[in-house]
Amino acid sequence: MSGGGQGRLVIVVTLCLAMLLIILPMPEWARPFRPPWVTLVLLYWAIALPHRVGVASGFAAGIVLDVLTGTLLGQHALGLSVVAFIAIQLHQRIRVFPFWQQSLGILVLLVVEHLLGIWITGATRGVAPALEYWAGPLIGALLWPWMFVTLRKIRRQFKVT
Amino acid sequence: MVAIILSLTLLVLDHRYHHLQQLRSALAFVTYPLHYLADLPFTASRWFSETTSSRKTLFAQNTTLREQNLRLRAELQKYQSLQAENMRLRDLVDSSFKVGDRVLVAELSSVDLDPYKQQVVIKKGAISGVFEGQPVLDAHAVMGQVTSVTPLSSTVLLITDTSHALPVQVLRNGLRTIALGTGHIDELKLPYLPTNSDIVEGDLLVTSGLGGKFPPGYPVATVTRIDRSPDAPFSNIIAEPSAHLDRSREVLLVWTIPSQLPATAGGIEQQQVGAEAATATAAGDPDGAAQTDAPTPATTQVAPEPQT
Repeated sequence: MSGGGQGRLVIVVTLCLAMLLIILPMPEWARPFRPPWVTLVLLYWAIALPHRVGVASGFAAGIVLDVLTGTLLGQHALGLSVVAFIAIQLHQRIRVFPFWQQSLGILVLLVVEHLLGIWITGATRGVAPALEYWAGPLIGALLWPWMFVTLRKIRRQFKVT
Repeated sequence: MVAIILSLTLLVLDHRYHHLQQLRSALAFVTYPLHYLADLPFTASRWFSETTSSRKTLFAQNTTLREQNLRLRAELQKYQSLQAENMRLRDLVDSSFKVGDRVLVAELSSVDLDPYKQQVVIKKGAISGVFEGQPVLDAHAVMGQVTSVTPLSSTVLLITDTSHALPVQVLRNGLRTIALGTGHIDELKLPYLPTNSDIVEGDLLVTSGLGGKFPPGYPVATVTRIDRSPDAPFSNIIAEPSAHLDRSREVLLVWTIPSQLPATAGGIEQQQVGAEAATATAAGDPDGAAQTDAPTPATTQVAPEPQT
Protein backbone atom coordinates (compact mmCIF):
# COMPACT_ATOMS: atom_id res chain seq x y z
CA MET A 1 0.00 0.00 0.00
CA SER A 2 2.38 2.63 -1.32
CA GLY A 3 -0.24 5.42 -1.45
CA GLY A 4 -0.93 4.92 2.23
CA GLY A 5 2.76 5.28 3.11
CA GLN A 6 3.03 8.48 1.14
CA GLY A 7 -0.14 9.82 2.72
CA ARG A 8 1.23 9.21 6.17
CA LEU A 9 4.40 11.03 5.21
CA VAL A 10 2.41 14.07 4.06
CA ILE A 11 0.42 14.15 7.30
CA VAL A 12 3.55 13.82 9.44
CA VAL A 13 5.37 16.52 7.47
CA THR A 14 2.50 19.00 7.83
CA LEU A 15 2.34 18.30 11.57
CA CYS A 16 6.10 18.80 11.86
CA LEU A 17 5.86 22.12 10.03
CA ALA A 18 3.13 23.19 12.44
CA MET A 19 5.36 22.27 15.38
CA LEU A 20 8.17 24.28 13.84
CA LEU A 21 5.85 27.28 13.72
CA ILE A 22 4.98 26.71 17.40
CA ILE A 23 8.60 26.96 18.58
CA LEU A 24 9.75 29.58 16.07
CA PRO A 25 10.93 32.55 18.12
CA MET A 26 8.67 35.61 18.07
CA PRO A 27 9.03 38.99 19.74
CA GLU A 28 7.75 39.09 23.30
CA TRP A 29 4.69 41.20 22.50
CA ALA A 30 3.56 38.88 19.70
CA ARG A 31 3.79 35.67 21.69
CA PRO A 32 0.21 35.66 23.01
CA PHE A 33 -1.07 35.95 19.44
CA ARG A 34 0.59 32.77 18.21
CA PRO A 35 -2.15 30.56 16.77
CA PRO A 36 -2.27 26.91 17.85
CA TRP A 37 -0.85 25.61 14.56
CA VAL A 38 -0.61 21.97 15.53
CA THR A 39 -4.24 21.86 16.66
CA LEU A 40 -5.38 23.46 13.40
CA VAL A 41 -3.47 20.98 11.24
CA LEU A 42 -4.59 18.04 13.33
CA LEU A 43 -8.21 19.21 13.15
CA TYR A 44 -8.03 19.49 9.38
CA TRP A 45 -6.75 15.95 8.99
CA ALA A 46 -9.24 14.60 11.54
CA ILE A 47 -12.13 16.21 9.66
CA ALA A 48 -10.88 15.32 6.19
CA LEU A 49 -9.64 11.80 6.89
CA PRO A 50 -11.26 10.61 10.12
CA HIS A 51 -10.36 7.00 9.35
CA ARG A 52 -6.64 7.79 9.32
CA VAL A 53 -6.09 10.60 11.80
CA GLY A 54 -7.80 10.23 15.12
CA VAL A 55 -7.40 10.21 18.86
CA ALA A 56 -4.19 8.16 18.70
CA SER A 57 -2.56 10.61 16.29
CA GLY A 58 -3.69 13.48 18.48
CA PHE A 59 -2.16 11.79 21.49
CA ALA A 60 1.15 11.12 19.72
CA ALA A 61 1.37 14.67 18.35
CA GLY A 62 0.52 15.99 21.81
CA ILE A 63 3.33 14.04 23.50
CA VAL A 64 5.84 15.30 20.95
CA LEU A 65 4.56 18.85 21.47
CA ASP A 66 4.88 18.43 25.25
CA VAL A 67 8.50 17.42 24.93
CA LEU A 68 9.16 20.15 22.39
CA THR A 69 7.77 22.98 24.49
CA GLY A 70 8.77 21.60 27.88
CA THR A 71 5.29 21.32 29.38
CA LEU A 72 4.18 18.47 31.63
CA LEU A 73 4.08 15.24 29.65
CA GLY A 74 0.45 14.69 28.75
CA GLN A 75 -0.79 18.29 28.81
CA HIS A 76 -0.99 18.81 25.06
CA ALA A 77 -1.65 15.10 24.60
CA LEU A 78 -4.86 15.40 26.61
CA GLY A 79 -6.04 18.53 24.79
CA LEU A 80 -5.28 17.22 21.32
CA SER A 81 -6.85 13.79 21.99
CA VAL A 82 -10.02 15.44 23.23
CA VAL A 83 -10.38 17.83 20.27
CA ALA A 84 -9.51 15.04 17.81
CA PHE A 85 -12.25 12.92 19.37
CA ILE A 86 -14.84 15.71 19.12
CA ALA A 87 -13.76 16.53 15.57
CA ILE A 88 -14.22 12.91 14.48
CA GLN A 89 -17.66 12.78 16.08
CA LEU A 90 -18.72 15.93 14.24
CA HIS A 91 -16.72 15.64 11.02
CA GLN A 92 -19.69 15.01 8.75
CA ARG A 93 -21.49 18.08 10.02
CA ILE A 94 -18.44 20.34 9.98
CA ARG A 95 -17.59 19.36 6.40
CA VAL A 96 -20.81 20.72 4.96
CA PHE A 97 -20.73 24.04 6.85
CA PRO A 98 -19.78 27.21 4.99
CA PHE A 99 -16.38 28.61 5.92
CA TRP A 100 -17.50 31.13 8.53
CA GLN A 101 -19.58 28.52 10.30
CA GLN A 102 -16.69 26.10 10.20
CA SER A 103 -14.52 28.77 11.79
CA LEU A 104 -17.02 29.10 14.62
CA GLY A 105 -16.99 25.36 15.20
CA ILE A 106 -13.19 25.34 15.12
CA LEU A 107 -13.15 28.25 17.57
CA VAL A 108 -15.16 26.19 20.06
CA LEU A 109 -12.74 23.27 19.69
CA LEU A 110 -9.69 25.52 20.08
CA VAL A 111 -11.21 27.11 23.17
CA VAL A 112 -11.84 23.66 24.65
CA GLU A 113 -8.20 22.73 24.07
CA HIS A 114 -6.95 26.03 25.49
CA LEU A 115 -9.18 25.65 28.54
CA LEU A 116 -7.87 22.15 29.23
CA GLY A 117 -4.33 23.49 29.04
CA ILE A 118 -5.17 26.33 31.42
CA TRP A 119 -6.81 23.94 33.86
CA ILE A 120 -3.72 21.77 33.92
CA THR A 121 -1.31 24.70 34.40
CA GLY A 122 -3.62 26.13 37.04
CA ALA A 123 -3.90 22.83 38.91
CA THR A 124 -0.23 21.93 38.83
CA ARG A 125 1.46 25.31 39.06
CA GLY A 126 -1.15 27.54 40.67
CA VAL A 127 -1.01 30.29 38.07
CA ALA A 128 -3.55 31.30 35.48
CA PRO A 129 -1.95 32.67 32.30
CA ALA A 130 -2.61 36.24 31.31
CA LEU A 131 -5.90 37.05 29.63
CA GLU A 132 -4.32 37.99 26.30
CA TYR A 133 -3.38 34.35 25.70
CA TRP A 134 -7.00 33.80 24.70
CA ALA A 135 -6.10 35.65 21.49
CA GLY A 136 -4.38 32.47 20.27
CA PRO A 137 -7.56 30.40 19.71
CA LEU A 138 -9.32 33.44 18.22
CA ILE A 139 -6.60 34.03 15.64
CA GLY A 140 -6.49 30.30 14.99
CA ALA A 141 -10.19 30.32 14.16
CA LEU A 142 -9.75 33.34 11.86
CA LEU A 143 -6.93 31.53 10.07
CA TRP A 144 -8.99 28.38 9.59
CA PRO A 145 -10.40 29.08 6.06
CA TRP A 146 -6.89 29.64 4.65
CA MET A 147 -5.59 26.67 6.56
CA PHE A 148 -8.41 24.54 5.19
CA VAL A 149 -7.86 25.61 1.58
CA THR A 150 -4.08 25.18 1.76
CA LEU A 151 -4.22 21.76 3.36
CA ARG A 152 -6.95 20.63 0.96
CA LYS A 153 -4.73 21.64 -1.90
CA ILE A 154 -1.85 19.69 -0.40
CA ARG A 155 -4.12 16.71 0.17
CA ARG A 156 -5.31 16.71 -3.44
CA GLN A 157 -1.84 17.34 -4.79
CA PHE A 158 -0.42 14.30 -3.04
CA LYS A 159 -3.66 12.28 -3.40
CA VAL A 160 -3.87 11.50 0.29
CA THR A 161 -7.04 9.57 0.97
CA MET B 1 -11.27 7.48 26.57
CA VAL B 2 -8.10 5.43 26.74
CA ALA B 3 -6.12 8.42 25.50
CA ILE B 4 -7.63 10.64 28.19
CA ILE B 5 -6.81 8.18 30.95
CA LEU B 6 -3.32 7.71 29.54
CA SER B 7 -2.66 11.45 29.39
CA LEU B 8 -3.97 11.97 32.90
CA THR B 9 -1.75 9.15 34.17
CA LEU B 10 1.23 10.70 32.41
CA LEU B 11 0.39 14.10 33.85
CA VAL B 12 0.22 12.79 37.39
CA LEU B 13 3.36 10.69 36.97
CA ASP B 14 5.31 13.60 35.54
CA HIS B 15 4.06 16.09 38.09
CA ARG B 16 4.28 13.99 41.28
CA TYR B 17 7.17 11.68 40.54
CA HIS B 18 10.08 12.09 38.25
CA HIS B 19 10.23 8.68 36.65
CA LEU B 20 9.52 10.04 33.20
CA GLN B 21 12.70 12.03 32.86
CA GLN B 22 14.34 9.29 30.83
CA LEU B 23 11.38 9.01 28.45
CA ARG B 24 11.37 12.77 28.07
CA SER B 25 15.09 12.87 27.35
CA ALA B 26 14.76 10.12 24.75
CA LEU B 27 11.88 11.93 23.04
CA ALA B 28 13.70 15.23 23.26
CA PHE B 29 16.57 13.71 21.34
CA VAL B 30 14.12 12.79 18.58
CA THR B 31 12.69 16.31 18.48
CA TYR B 32 16.15 17.90 18.50
CA PRO B 33 16.10 18.36 14.68
CA LEU B 34 12.97 20.52 15.05
CA HIS B 35 14.69 22.72 17.63
CA TYR B 36 17.69 22.89 15.35
CA LEU B 37 15.59 23.86 12.33
CA ALA B 38 13.71 26.55 14.24
CA ASP B 39 17.01 28.01 15.42
CA LEU B 40 18.74 27.75 12.03
CA PRO B 41 17.62 31.06 10.43
CA PHE B 42 18.83 33.00 13.47
CA THR B 43 22.17 31.25 13.66
CA ALA B 44 22.59 31.74 9.93
CA SER B 45 21.76 35.43 10.03
CA ARG B 46 24.17 35.96 12.92
CA TRP B 47 26.89 34.09 11.04
CA PHE B 48 26.17 36.17 7.94
CA SER B 49 26.38 39.49 9.77
CA GLU B 50 29.59 38.37 11.46
CA THR B 51 31.32 37.31 8.28
CA THR B 52 30.29 40.41 6.37
CA SER B 53 31.06 42.97 9.10
CA SER B 54 33.63 45.49 7.99
CA ARG B 55 37.27 45.56 8.95
CA LYS B 56 36.75 48.86 10.74
CA THR B 57 34.00 47.52 12.98
CA LEU B 58 36.10 44.52 13.86
CA PHE B 59 39.06 46.74 14.68
CA ALA B 60 36.94 48.93 16.94
CA GLN B 61 35.49 45.90 18.64
CA ASN B 62 38.92 44.41 19.09
CA THR B 63 40.24 47.56 20.75
CA THR B 64 37.33 47.71 23.19
CA LEU B 65 37.71 44.06 24.06
CA ARG B 66 41.45 44.46 24.60
CA GLU B 67 40.87 47.35 26.97
CA GLN B 68 38.19 45.46 28.81
CA ASN B 69 40.42 42.43 29.09
CA LEU B 70 43.22 44.50 30.58
CA ARG B 71 40.89 46.04 33.14
CA LEU B 72 39.44 42.67 34.10
CA ARG B 73 42.91 41.15 34.44
CA ALA B 74 43.92 43.93 36.79
CA GLU B 75 40.86 43.28 38.90
CA LEU B 76 41.56 39.56 38.83
CA GLN B 77 45.03 40.05 40.33
CA LYS B 78 43.46 41.68 43.35
CA TYR B 79 40.86 38.96 43.50
CA GLN B 80 43.40 36.15 43.41
CA SER B 81 45.37 37.47 46.34
CA LEU B 82 42.12 37.96 48.24
CA GLN B 83 41.09 34.43 47.44
CA ALA B 84 44.38 33.02 48.67
CA GLU B 85 44.01 35.00 51.87
CA ASN B 86 40.45 33.81 52.29
CA MET B 87 41.49 30.19 51.83
CA ARG B 88 44.24 30.58 54.41
CA LEU B 89 41.87 32.11 56.93
CA ARG B 90 39.27 29.44 56.31
CA ASP B 91 41.94 26.82 56.74
CA LEU B 92 42.71 28.35 60.14
CA VAL B 93 39.13 28.05 61.31
CA ASP B 94 38.95 24.58 59.75
CA SER B 95 35.95 25.24 57.53
CA SER B 96 35.29 23.65 54.19
CA PHE B 97 35.10 25.88 51.16
CA LYS B 98 34.88 25.54 47.43
CA VAL B 99 38.24 25.77 45.76
CA GLY B 100 37.13 26.85 42.35
CA ASP B 101 34.45 26.53 39.76
CA ARG B 102 34.85 25.09 36.33
CA VAL B 103 32.73 26.89 33.77
CA LEU B 104 31.63 26.23 30.24
CA VAL B 105 30.09 28.76 27.90
CA ALA B 106 26.89 27.66 26.17
CA GLU B 107 24.81 29.44 23.58
CA LEU B 108 21.06 29.88 23.84
CA SER B 109 18.94 28.28 21.18
CA SER B 110 16.40 30.61 19.56
CA VAL B 111 13.24 28.67 20.23
CA ASP B 112 10.07 29.62 22.06
CA LEU B 113 8.83 27.18 24.65
CA ASP B 114 5.63 27.05 26.63
CA PRO B 115 4.65 30.71 27.23
CA TYR B 116 3.49 30.05 30.81
CA LYS B 117 6.82 28.64 31.92
CA GLN B 118 10.10 30.50 32.23
CA GLN B 119 12.63 28.28 30.54
CA VAL B 120 15.22 28.36 27.77
CA VAL B 121 17.09 25.81 25.67
CA ILE B 122 20.89 25.83 25.48
CA LYS B 123 23.07 24.22 22.84
CA LYS B 124 25.14 22.05 25.17
CA GLY B 125 24.10 18.66 26.47
CA ALA B 126 25.25 15.47 28.13
CA ILE B 127 28.12 15.16 25.64
CA SER B 128 29.66 18.30 27.18
CA GLY B 129 29.07 16.95 30.67
CA VAL B 130 25.94 18.95 31.50
CA PHE B 131 23.91 17.30 34.27
CA GLU B 132 20.48 17.79 35.75
CA GLY B 133 20.35 20.39 38.50
CA GLN B 134 23.45 22.15 37.26
CA PRO B 135 23.55 25.89 38.04
CA VAL B 136 23.50 28.28 35.09
CA LEU B 137 24.80 31.85 35.22
CA ASP B 138 25.16 34.72 32.81
CA ALA B 139 27.81 37.43 32.92
CA HIS B 140 25.94 39.24 35.69
CA ALA B 141 24.24 36.78 38.02
CA VAL B 142 22.50 33.46 38.54
CA MET B 143 20.03 32.56 35.78
CA GLY B 144 18.61 29.19 36.73
CA GLN B 145 19.30 25.48 36.69
CA VAL B 146 19.30 22.68 34.16
CA THR B 147 16.11 20.61 34.33
CA SER B 148 16.45 18.19 31.45
CA VAL B 149 19.41 17.02 29.44
CA THR B 150 19.70 15.42 26.02
CA PRO B 151 23.01 14.56 24.36
CA LEU B 152 23.14 17.81 22.38
CA SER B 153 20.93 20.30 24.18
CA SER B 154 19.43 20.95 27.58
CA THR B 155 16.55 22.89 29.10
CA VAL B 156 17.18 25.52 31.77
CA LEU B 157 14.51 26.56 34.26
CA LEU B 158 14.92 30.26 35.07
CA ILE B 159 14.87 31.52 38.66
CA THR B 160 11.73 33.55 37.88
CA ASP B 161 9.61 30.48 37.12
CA THR B 162 6.82 29.95 39.64
CA SER B 163 8.10 26.47 40.48
CA HIS B 164 11.60 27.70 41.27
CA ALA B 165 12.87 28.55 44.76
CA LEU B 166 16.41 29.67 45.47
CA PRO B 167 18.10 29.91 48.89
CA VAL B 168 19.64 33.39 49.12
CA GLN B 169 21.16 35.72 51.68
CA VAL B 170 21.47 39.47 51.91
CA LEU B 171 25.06 40.38 51.09
CA ARG B 172 25.11 43.29 53.57
CA ASN B 173 24.32 41.31 56.73
CA GLY B 174 24.04 37.64 55.80
CA LEU B 175 20.30 37.43 56.45
CA ARG B 176 19.12 34.15 54.91
CA THR B 177 15.84 33.54 53.13
CA ILE B 178 14.35 31.97 50.02
CA ALA B 179 13.64 33.75 46.74
CA LEU B 180 10.63 32.44 44.83
CA GLY B 181 9.89 33.01 41.15
CA THR B 182 6.76 34.95 40.27
CA GLY B 183 6.31 34.01 36.62
CA HIS B 184 7.33 37.53 35.56
CA ILE B 185 10.75 37.74 33.95
CA ASP B 186 11.78 40.76 36.08
CA GLU B 187 10.45 39.83 39.52
CA LEU B 188 11.37 37.56 42.42
CA LYS B 189 9.56 37.55 45.75
CA LEU B 190 10.83 36.94 49.27
CA PRO B 191 7.74 35.90 51.21
CA TYR B 192 9.39 34.39 54.29
CA LEU B 193 10.93 37.44 55.97
CA PRO B 194 9.28 38.79 59.17
CA THR B 195 8.16 42.41 59.19
CA ASN B 196 10.97 43.45 61.51
CA SER B 197 13.83 41.88 59.52
CA ASP B 198 16.76 44.02 58.52
CA ILE B 199 16.39 44.44 54.78
CA VAL B 200 16.20 47.65 52.78
CA GLU B 201 15.60 48.58 49.17
CA GLY B 202 18.75 48.23 47.10
CA ASP B 203 20.13 45.29 49.09
CA LEU B 204 21.98 42.77 46.94
CA LEU B 205 20.93 39.15 47.35
CA VAL B 206 23.53 36.43 46.76
CA THR B 207 23.20 32.65 46.72
CA SER B 208 23.71 31.14 50.16
CA GLY B 209 24.65 27.70 48.88
CA LEU B 210 22.35 26.11 51.45
CA GLY B 211 20.18 24.18 49.04
CA GLY B 212 23.26 22.42 47.79
CA LYS B 213 22.49 23.09 44.13
CA PHE B 214 24.06 26.52 43.70
CA PRO B 215 27.59 27.49 44.74
CA PRO B 216 27.49 30.17 47.44
CA GLY B 217 28.27 33.82 46.83
CA TYR B 218 26.92 34.48 43.36
CA PRO B 219 24.74 37.57 42.95
CA VAL B 220 21.05 36.90 42.32
CA ALA B 221 18.89 40.00 42.59
CA THR B 222 18.46 43.49 44.01
CA VAL B 223 15.62 44.30 46.36
CA THR B 224 13.37 46.84 44.66
CA ARG B 225 10.23 47.11 46.79
CA ILE B 226 9.32 46.38 50.40
CA ASP B 227 5.73 46.54 51.65
CA ARG B 228 5.56 46.29 55.42
CA SER B 229 2.09 46.25 56.87
CA PRO B 230 1.99 46.22 60.68
CA ASP B 231 -0.77 43.60 60.90
CA ALA B 232 0.91 41.02 58.68
CA PRO B 233 3.52 38.63 60.10
CA PHE B 234 5.64 38.71 56.96
CA SER B 235 6.65 41.61 54.78
CA ASN B 236 6.01 41.62 51.08
CA ILE B 237 9.36 41.98 49.33
CA ILE B 238 10.01 42.13 45.61
CA ALA B 239 13.47 41.83 44.05
CA GLU B 240 14.68 42.26 40.51
CA PRO B 241 17.03 39.57 39.10
CA SER B 242 20.46 40.95 38.23
CA ALA B 243 20.91 38.46 35.38
CA HIS B 244 19.70 39.59 31.98
CA LEU B 245 17.21 36.75 31.82
CA ASP B 246 15.53 37.90 28.63
CA ARG B 247 18.56 39.35 26.86
CA SER B 248 21.56 37.08 27.36
CA ARG B 249 22.73 35.13 24.35
CA GLU B 250 25.45 33.18 26.12
CA VAL B 251 25.25 31.49 29.48
CA LEU B 252 27.82 29.90 31.78
CA LEU B 253 27.42 26.37 33.07
CA VAL B 254 29.12 25.86 36.42
CA TRP B 255 30.74 22.81 38.02
CA THR B 256 31.60 23.37 41.65
CA ILE B 257 34.86 21.79 42.70
CA PRO B 258 34.85 21.16 46.45
CA SER B 259 38.02 21.60 48.47
CA GLN B 260 39.85 18.64 49.89
CA LEU B 261 40.01 20.13 53.37
CA PRO B 262 38.64 17.82 56.08
CA ALA B 263 34.88 18.02 55.80
CA THR B 264 33.13 19.48 58.81
CA ALA B 265 29.50 18.90 59.59
CA GLY B 266 28.49 21.93 57.59
CA GLY B 267 30.64 20.97 54.66
CA ILE B 268 29.23 17.51 54.06
CA GLU B 269 26.31 18.71 52.01
CA GLN B 270 28.64 20.77 49.88
CA GLN B 271 30.92 17.79 49.35
CA GLN B 272 28.11 15.56 48.19
CA VAL B 273 26.82 18.04 45.71
CA GLY B 274 30.22 18.60 44.25
CA ALA B 275 30.93 14.88 44.08
CA GLU B 276 30.04 14.63 40.42
CA ALA B 277 32.22 17.56 39.53
CA ALA B 278 34.98 16.11 41.70
CA THR B 279 34.95 12.79 39.87
CA ALA B 280 35.02 14.71 36.62
CA THR B 281 38.12 16.56 37.72
CA ALA B 282 39.76 13.45 39.13
CA ALA B 283 39.14 11.52 35.94
CA GLY B 284 40.40 14.14 33.53
CA ASP B 285 43.15 15.61 35.66
CA PRO B 286 44.79 13.07 38.01
CA ASP B 287 46.86 15.51 40.06
CA GLY B 288 44.48 18.43 39.80
CA ALA B 289 42.45 19.85 42.64
CA ALA B 290 43.12 16.81 44.79
CA GLN B 291 46.55 17.89 46.01
CA THR B 292 46.74 21.61 45.58
CA ASP B 293 44.65 24.34 47.06
CA ALA B 294 44.95 26.45 43.94
CA PRO B 295 41.90 26.83 41.74
CA THR B 296 41.79 24.35 38.91
CA PRO B 297 42.04 26.13 35.59
CA ALA B 298 38.84 26.13 33.60
CA THR B 299 39.13 23.41 31.03
CA THR B 300 36.81 22.15 28.40
CA GLN B 301 37.51 18.50 29.08
CA VAL B 302 34.64 16.12 28.61
CA ALA B 303 33.25 15.03 31.92
CA PRO B 304 31.91 11.51 32.30
CA GLU B 305 28.15 11.15 31.86
CA PRO B 306 26.74 12.05 35.28
CA GLN B 307 23.44 10.23 34.82
CA THR B 308 23.58 6.62 35.93
